[in-house]
Amino acid sequence: MIDTYREGVLVKPYERLSQEQVRLLDKASLSILADPGIWCYNERAAKLFQAHGAKVWEDEKSISPCWRVTFPAGLIREAVAKAPARLVLGARKPENRLLLDAEVPRVYFGSGSEANIWLETEMEEFISVKDSDVKVKVPRFKELRGNSALLSRAAKLCDRLEHLDFFIRPLNIQDPEITSENHDVNKFFASLNNITKHVQAGLTTLKKLNDVVRMAEIIAGGIKPLRENPVVSFIACVFKSPLQIVDDTAEKVFAIVESGLPLVISSSPQGGSSAPIQEAGMVAQINAEILVGITLTQLIREGSPVLYGSVPVRARLDDLHDLYGCPEFNQYNIDCVQLARYYQVPCYSTAGVGDAKVPGMQALFEKLFTHHYMAMSGAQYIHYAFGLLDRTNTFCPVQAVLDNEQIGKIKHCLREPKVNQAEIDDMLKIVKKVMASSHRLYARFARKAMHRGDVSNPYRFETKDLEDKVIENALDYMEKLEAEPAQHLDQATQDQIFKEIPGILPSLKEV
Amino acid sequence: MDKQELLKTLAFNVVQGRVEAEDEGFDEGLEDQPAVTELVEQAIEQGIDPKEIVLEALTKSMEEVGEKFERAEYLIPDMLASAECVGVAMDILSPHLMKAGVKSKGTFVIATVAGDLHDIGKNIVAIMLKGAGYQIIDLGTDVSADRIIGAVKENEAPFIGLSALLTTTMRVMAEVVRKLEQEGLRDQVKVLIGGAPTSAAFAQEIGADAYCKDAFDAIDILKTTAV
Repeated sequence: MIDTYREGVLVKPYERLSQEQVRLLDKASLSILADPGIWCYNERAAKLFQAHGAKVWEDEKSISPCWRVTFPAGLIREAVAKAPARLVLGARKPENRLLLDAEVPRVYFGSGSEANIWLETEMEEFISVKDSDVKVKVPRFKELRGNSALLSRAAKLCDRLEHLDFFIRPLNIQDPEITSENHDVNKFFASLNNITKHVQAGLTTLKKLNDVVRMAEIIAGGIKPLRENPVVSFIACVFKSPLQIVDDTAEKVFAIVESGLPLVISSSPQGGSSAPIQEAGMVAQINAEILVGITLTQLIREGSPVLYGSVPVRARLDDLHDLYGCPEFNQYNIDCVQLARYYQVPCYSTAGVGDAKVPGMQALFEKLFTHHYMAMSGAQYIHYAFGLLDRTNTFCPVQAVLDNEQIGKIKHCLREPKVNQAEIDDMLKIVKKVMASSHRLYARFARKAMHRGDVSNPYRFETKDLEDKVIENALDYMEKLEAEPAQHLDQATQDQIFKEIPGILPSLKEV
Repeated sequence: MDKQELLKTLAFNVVQGRVEAEDEGFDEGLEDQPAVTELVEQAIEQGIDPKEIVLEALTKSMEEVGEKFERAEYLIPDMLASAECVGVAMDILSPHLMKAGVKSKGTFVIATVAGDLHDIGKNIVAIMLKGAGYQIIDLGTDVSADRIIGAVKENEAPFIGLSALLTTTMRVMAEVVRKLEQEGLRDQVKVLIGGAPTSAAFAQEIGADAYCKDAFDAIDILKTTAV
């Protein structure tokens, strides 16, 4: 398919469910789709399902136009089987492309959400009330409203984070000049002009899809080059849980699929409110929703590139907000990864979200808990993994830097074991050599592995004294990363985009 | 190979950390080419002055390795590999240097003290000091104070290095210092101590001359220490 792509990490998947349990969940999902079926608020989708054998009738009790749809299992199975098992997500730099293969548990991590808040961090010095000679530096935080300049900054920083494999715009742009009409072209341009990795986002309005696609064509070098190297792709949350297809998102699915660009069919029910909190019920329902979404894409255009997008979360039972950093989150999500593998569709999964509002111990706990576990699952495409705080409401750049370090270590930890006959032969030779030497020290034989990157480095933000300077050290490191020049689109490409695509803020042009 | 080329190749191999031909070194594709052992032997066979080998190849290359370490291009295993190369070279050159009347920088008796079997740190210090030109008398692990004093006397060593990893064995270091005093040797010997539980304060408390936090510290301290 392609020879050059990001390495990610190839893992041996940890599977929570037995194959029998996977089959039970699959049957349960199909049973839900047979009865009670779904509530479809988009006529075109309802008619398309009907044309392919679904039972469709108008729901007369509904205030908005709504069609009830029940699916024979065969329709879902046949359509899902047509979704490609392998797809490429392109990038401005060929080495940054991603190869997603449902049969290969190669894990990529990226950013996500569209947070309204950008959390800026600064260190401030405080003097002890007991001893004025004692001073400590403490991180102080300031909330800024997301805007296009900050999204550009996020993209530029994320280009420098070596363990971030793809970029989903993490920040909502709320400049005074931004309207629903020019939101899409600005968020895609701010991203694409500052990062050489894959760029993905949802569409704010269908009206601007053609402009976004044209922008991507200019960057990729034409219509055909864009199909071969789709530098952008889209996310559509076509289901409002439980089991309701949203009208305008369904229209976006039609248009995106017709454009030929890759699409994530994402669903995010909340266990305890919009889905059962019990694992079997939650997973059966979200799987049913995603299967219908994938079916829709394949009925629109057979073989269209699609990702199985699972974002099941649990409700906090004290306030019914989403609860991400908890055991059930991992359980739901890993089950979905296994189901995606069962259907042979690459999986868009989730990790790195929590309730913590600032970087620190709580954030570390919540993120590590899901980052590591979900990487072990072998999900091909893990979003939300960088910089998010306060669930998905805040993007904090220094948190993204901290997450980068954490994800790097996880990727290292999950690398394939290097145990083979040639390696064993080498090691036996080394043991003999060292035992014949005067000091019986293996250090000399560590260097090749060390310089090859086989041996991990200590935690990048460690402090050796009796203090914790992780955030301060991460801020220093971020400053260095941000001082490096950004890899903007060349001037001619920027000029052509500005000439052809209306509505992009002039301030986003980089010289 | 002419003299200059041979010395240059020798220096290169020290930087590469290749003791003998079968070693792979740091860069790719060096395996089976002559390394430090073979090149030093060849240099002697060609009649190159051993002092010149030490100064032009070994010392210069270790300086380069030190600079790489300072720039964080090299880490401890790289330094050790190069130091081990110099140690091997010095073993081959020693008789020739003695014949030429050249002395080492001094004899350094090193040991992990009685009751303690940990020797990684001690070995690293021994390798690095040997690479820096000291003659090393390594007594191994679990070494009694009496044996250490005996070795100092036998070798007329002006330096002792004592290592311990356990809080329960570090006290043996004090015993060594006391015995040196009892034997009337204290003024003739500098005592350096090191190991995880030790500190500058502990060195001062037991009357040692210096605490070394690592092998590099030991080399630096020795440079400025006169007996």
